[in-house]
Amino acid sequence: MAKIKLLPSPPAGLRPQPKRPEDPAVDDQPKDLVKEAGVSAAAWVDERTSLSGTVRWVMFRPIPKGTNWFYTLGTATMVAFINQVITGVVLAMYYDPSVTHAYESMKYINNEVFLGEFIHGMHRWGSTVMVILVFLHMARTFFFGAYKYPRELNWIVGVALLVLTLVMSVTGYLLPFDQRAYWASVVAMNIGGNAPLLGPFTPPAALGGPDVTTVTLSRFYAIHMMIIPGLIIGLISAHLYLVIKLGTSAPPWVRADKVGGDLKEHDA
Amino acid sequence: MNQREKEEYLREYSVLKAQGKPFFPYIIVKDGVMMIVVIGTIMLLSIVLGGELTAKADATTTTYAPRPEWYYFWAFELLRVIKPPALVSLATVGVPTIAMLLLFLLPFYDRNPERHPLRRPVATTAGIFVIGAMFFLSYLGAEAEPPSRVDMEPPPSVATAGGATLEKWEAGRKLVAQSSCGGCHKIGANGNDGPGPQLTQIGDRLKQGAIRETLINPTLPMPSFAKLGPEKLDDIAFFLSTLKSGSGGGH
Ligand code: HEM
Repeated sequence: MAKIKLLPSPPAGLRPQPKRPEDPAVDDQPKDLVKEAGVSAAAWVDERTSLSGTVRWVMFRPIPKGTNWFYTLGTATMVAFINQVITGVVLAMYYDPSVTHAYESMKYINNEVFLGEFIHGMHRWGSTVMVILVFLHMARTFFFGAYKYPRELNWIVGVALLVLTLVMSVTGYLLPFDQRAYWASVVAMNIGGNAPLLGPFTPPAALGGPDVTTVTLSRFYAIHMMIIPGLIIGLISAHLYLVIKLGTSAPPWVRADKVGGDLKEHDA
Repeated sequence: MNQREKEEYLREYSVLKAQGKPFFPYIIVKDGVMMIVVIGTIMLLSIVLGGELTAKADATTTTYAPRPEWYYFWAFELLRVIKPPALVSLATVGVPTIAMLLLFLLPFYDRNPERHPLRRPVATTAGIFVIGAMFFLSYLGAEAEPPSRVDMEPPPSVATAGGATLEKWEAGRKLVAQSSCGGCHKIGANGNDGPGPQLTQIGDRLKQGAIRETLINPTLPMPSFAKLGPEKLDDIAFFLSTLKSGSGGGH
């Protein structure tokens, strides 16, 4: 008989207990009233969106046995990215991408804005942490053979994310417009300009000329805070969709116990 | 993987899932702990290291050594290792391109159905080798000496001429040191041997005018020094043109 594919349900301990008529009347206690309100609000939304199916699909999906701390590196990378988004938005409120004001606006953030240097530092060092985590996460999937069937496409999306992350760090490096930023970017642009085929067009077309000017700065800024983050958010969504759809791989040394056809209901 | 291997994998995997646990509330705990650790680490780094700035960017004084983020040191070092000028342009772009292609296409050329790292000797060895090489190159890149010194004695012709000639030579020497030419060029006992060619005997190969021209229109990835202005360019070009084999200098 064909098995019907069900959405995974919460583990037994978490399922709401049906109320029995003989239960004492506790319904009027404030706690229960609040709970009632929450349940009915959720039901109202669910009636109009059917989101509960998705939530069950995401939250109660079965994770194979044997997964370990190495499997948290992807989440860790995502958290580092979210940190970059939030601190980046705060910096964008004060930053001015022009040759004359970029440096001064960063100084202003560091010295005048409440917790400014802390936020700036979190963005600065968060980028380092994110780069390290992307490489660690990639090493995990490589050594665990997690890029093999059926997860090949997720590996490819991952490599695209790696490239985009590195582009973020290069374009962001210029923005404070101090000496370190300026001279590293001049060399980086020259390396780009040296590329075969597209190279000769890169500095003038994308970067606003062979020199680092205001145009370069505002282009780098637009690339750094709109284009690439947009792409990264889109690709992370695709990446996570595939993780949930295909399931997390089990560590390659874990073998299934031979228990015959005794599959639990979490088998999706 | 052929069809039979795929089906075998999926069957084994569905049993493993059945024997596992739901993401919520069991697995998510680990992810939650990891999130707190990551944010905590970033906050700690920010408090300890801060967000300091160096001096404001200035295109006319090149006193700052162009140095990439430390996690690009290995790539920088790779440029240094590759010597022939014709290959440098290839290496700056070719090496990353090939590395990216190798990464993107990994699932297509590695068709071994085996997943256990110990039973994939080639893949595992290659992975460990790449990581080792990156660490080693990063270490070399980090060790490269700060390229802001040029210790040289004026060659006899300049020393005997003295006066304005000697002053011009000294000015050139200081400018070369300040401009961090040594970041990419070996100059006598100082500087890094690459990515750029040695300058110790550049006077044998190029005349003063040609050197000046190179400073304004360099071969990439060297930055242009046109912004220094004609006077400083003259000083640098004069200084460099005196660096010849057998001319004394700092060997
Ligand atoms: C912005 C960067 C990235 C984020 C936020 C991210 C996030 C995630 C998350 C949350 C998972 C779930 C399982 C786990 O954490 O291990 C995952 C799985 C995966 N990631 Fe990434 N990832 C990123 C970059 C990469 C890169 C650079 C690669 C490889 C080139 C990659 C390849 C994979 C693969 C193959 C899986 C499936 C692993 C499995 O099922 O065992 N990801 N990713």
